[in-house]
Amino acid sequence: MFEIEEYIVPTTLEDAYQILENDSSAVVLGGCGYLKLANRKIGTAIDLSALNLDFINENDDTVEIGAMTSLRDLETHLITQSRYSGILASSIESIVGIQLRNNVTIGGSVAGRYAFSDPICALLALDAELELFSQGRVTLSNYLEDKQKKDILVKVVIPYLDLRAAYQSVRRNSTDYPMLNCAVSEREKKYRVVVGSRPARAALAKDASEFLSTNVLNANNIDKAAEIAATELNFGDNPRASKEYRKAVCPVLIRRALNEIVEGEKHAS
Amino acid sequence: MQVDTTINGRKILIEINNGEFLLETLRRYGYLSVKQGCDTSSCGLCTVWLDGKPVLSCSTLTARIAGREITTIEALQSEAEEFAQYLVAEGAEQCGFCAPGFTMTVLAMKRELENPTEDDIIHYLAGNLCRCSGYKGQLRGIKNYMGVK
Repeated sequence: MFEIEEYIVPTTLEDAYQILENDSSAVVLGGCGYLKLANRKIGTAIDLSALNLDFINENDDTVEIGAMTSLRDLETHLITQSRYSGILASSIESIVGIQLRNNVTIGGSVAGRYAFSDPICALLALDAELELFSQGRVTLSNYLEDKQKKDILVKVVIPYLDLRAAYQSVRRNSTDYPMLNCAVSEREKKYRVVVGSRPARAALAKDASEFLSTNVLNANNIDKAAEIAATELNFGDNPRASKEYRKAVCPVLIRRALNEIVEGEKHAS
Repeated sequence: MQVDTTINGRKILIEINNGEFLLETLRRYGYLSVKQGCDTSSCGLCTVWLDGKPVLSCSTLTARIAGREITTIEALQSEAEEFAQYLVAEGAEQCGFCAPGFTMTVLAMKRELENPTEDDIIHYLAGNLCRCSGYKGQLRGIKNYMGVK
């Protein structure tokens, strides 16, 4: 049985944060897609629906996504379809179904720090930053590593427009959680290789990224980088896949993603 | 708590528990077309429209529908009947338990997608599961309904 003692819809971020800070039982709601699976009681639920945090904007050199933007809007918006080789849209399109994606939000997905998350993997490759009400701007990378401190995620900011990227995942069926996912980005010959759902949370493959950034992108180096990533990252077991399977599939996904970048480069030139 | 909302074009003030989900509310208020399936955001049986977009009522907090518009298949009877004829023509009618949610998604797709491909249709309907049989007959019926060759 799921219960909420008090349901509040604040009309300013200041009010929302004050409630969160002063009430130890307060929880910020996202899209609520998986809320009742936790089978718990929430003291005070803070609904951010009235704060106009549902937006996708492109500025001079950034893309900003409001925390209450639905995954479906992220999937279908012209900006997210056209920027970053479309990976913000493509990373999301296999999440359950359109009905769920119409409700769940990017803020809920990111703040949940879900290890199986598709958008977190893609955003980490894009070196995304988060605008938090109290802490200000933090990198997604730091946010995922830090201990959870109560705050309100206002928006996700991608600090560049000219990133090229690719996203790959492997799933037991088309709408299941990924057994493993991977995203790669490139900007001015600097690469970021990210692997998630290991089943641990998405993480940057630092050595593989460094190797790609300091070597020519060719078939041989793609193979090497893929093997470096599979060696430097930790993998584990869960009901979806074994540690051995994930370790074996990791270089395959990275090779596919890097080859997509190579193909994109060919088309661009 | 009380929630002011619109269900099938009718403004209504409803009384709910704070943690209540829309599926429970709608059935309590007599909208029995809305079925409970998995109740874990997976099967699509409980699909209704929220401001014209298909959502899972099993994972939509009723508190969130304040000032918004809910549509169930009761309000789309003639369209649903028209679509059903396309399924019947392909022998694709099955037990019917998933039909209301499935039909709500198809009718939303008809409004949202222009000239969809077969892949577009399959993608749009990926969140609706049918436990009776395969999807081939349904897909033929939907393609005919959508005017897809």
